[in-house]
Amino acid sequence: MASKFINITLKIWRQKNSQAKGSMETYKLDHVSTDSSFLEMLDQLNEQLINERKEPIAFDHDCREGICGMCSLYINGRAHGPDTGITTCQLHMRMFKDGDTIYVEPWRSAAFPVIKDLVVDRSAFDRIQQAGGFVSVNTSGRTIDANSIPVPKTDADKAFEAAACIGCGACVATCKNGSAMLFVGAKVSQYALLPQGKVEAKNRVLNMVRQMDEEGFGNCTNTGACEIECPKGISLENIARMNREFLTAALSNED
Amino acid sequence: MALTGLFLCLFLVGHLLGNLQLIFITGEEGKRAFNEYAYFMTHNPFVKVLSYVTYLSILFHAIDGFLLTIKNKKARPVPYAYNNPGANSSTPSRYMALLGSLILIFIVTHMANFWWKMKFSSDPMPLHQVVVANPQSGAEETFYITHTGDYVPTSAFVGEGEMPAAMEVRNGTEFYLKEVNLKRGEGYKDLHSVVLSFFGQDKTKDGVPEKNEMALFAVLFYVIAMMVLAFHLWHGFASAFQSLGLNHKAYNKMIKMAGQTFAIIVPALFAIIPILLFMNK
Repeated sequence: MASKFINITLKIWRQKNSQAKGSMETYKLDHVSTDSSFLEMLDQLNEQLINERKEPIAFDHDCREGICGMCSLYINGRAHGPDTGITTCQLHMRMFKDGDTIYVEPWRSAAFPVIKDLVVDRSAFDRIQQAGGFVSVNTSGRTIDANSIPVPKTDADKAFEAAACIGCGACVATCKNGSAMLFVGAKVSQYALLPQGKVEAKNRVLNMVRQMDEEGFGNCTNTGACEIECPKGISLENIARMNREFLTAALSNED
Repeated sequence: MALTGLFLCLFLVGHLLGNLQLIFITGEEGKRAFNEYAYFMTHNPFVKVLSYVTYLSILFHAIDGFLLTIKNKKARPVPYAYNNPGANSSTPSRYMALLGSLILIFIVTHMANFWWKMKFSSDPMPLHQVVVANPQSGAEETFYITHTGDYVPTSAFVGEGEMPAAMEVRNGTEFYLKEVNLKRGEGYKDLHSVVLSFFGQDKTKDGVPEKNEMALFAVLFYVIAMMVLAFHLWHGFASAFQSLGLNHKAYNKMIKMAGQTFAIIVPALFAIIPILLFMNK
């Protein structure tokens, strides 16, 4: 397919720092290749801004191949833009037409404060993970072969699917309640499904859910938006599993 | 939310079955069946317990829903300048709090119109009356029916000229022989006539409430409330199962289908009752 060039208008959230009051600013950007990725388009805009001696736009990015979970961006009213199963770095300008106006905003959540422009602080996710998203393994030097514990294939597959979560925060960003239950559900599930994770299962789910609430995330009302916007296709089944885990743990935990 | 929601779904079924008597049993028989049913529902101890569970469920569902909504709003203090939620979620699922609030308003008016009148109103409810033709004279006479099946002539409650009435109604439903202070029986509150006149019946006669000019609005309000309920159930029914952790590919589709069928059929049947009552007034 021959590459095409389009001219676009961008409305982008600018905010000096976490304390400053931000606003939507308008930028014109010409000659954008439809083969470029959305982040490359922002690079192009930043080059233009730098040439104009203006402050470039801060945005998160790292691997640019959809696995690191760094890029975010709420584009035209949707997390990671107008496509499903992708992160923003996998979004290409061929999804847009010449003359389009594109809105770019940071994730909006009380638990994800804006650091600058489009960059938000997602360390709330790290704290949830630290509250229970691990298995304790003795480092005796005589590591047991992982495959010595049999795991049913379906459980292994489901745990793997849950573990595909990259913690990007699209679920929180798209949820009308700013709920992190898809993220926490995935992190709880990936261990709950495996024998190694069963040991700490009850405390894990209780601690992770407690931390999730403390961070100021909202509650799940099962609209299902997170599942659709998740770049890794994490299923709502994981939220149900977390609810089951939480119910049984809350009723039977001995600690 | 899920447990109370599902319990309230069961309550809806029970309430609907009771209401359907209004259209499936007609005439005097229907009036009697419905008033006897209303008596049972207000006097049976098991139903009493169930009714308190229902009140508490409604209160918990409403208050918890309200608190959760506030918390959820706080979770996003700065709204998006441009949002497209329709791309990833159904409309009813995003307006559950609003739909629920509207339903709560309806429940308050609904209870004020019927439940309050039945249970607390100082304005006494009309009592169930039947008109029976005297086999000899052919003259029609009106009787109250007691719940032991006795007939008490209404004429006994009205004095004639100098003669004071022989009987009187005490505590709203109890028939007393005035002179000897003896209880002859207890009548049925005529909720049937209250309902019929609320939705437009204009056969005004003794003991039956006045013709209701506002009936058309009552019917419209009721039908709209049922539409709101339908949208609330459209999302709520299946959502409750997910909240309880019941999500499995073997029955997810079935739950969703059952929820959506429930969301259409139950409110539709509720709504058809006042429509039919209004049309056959």
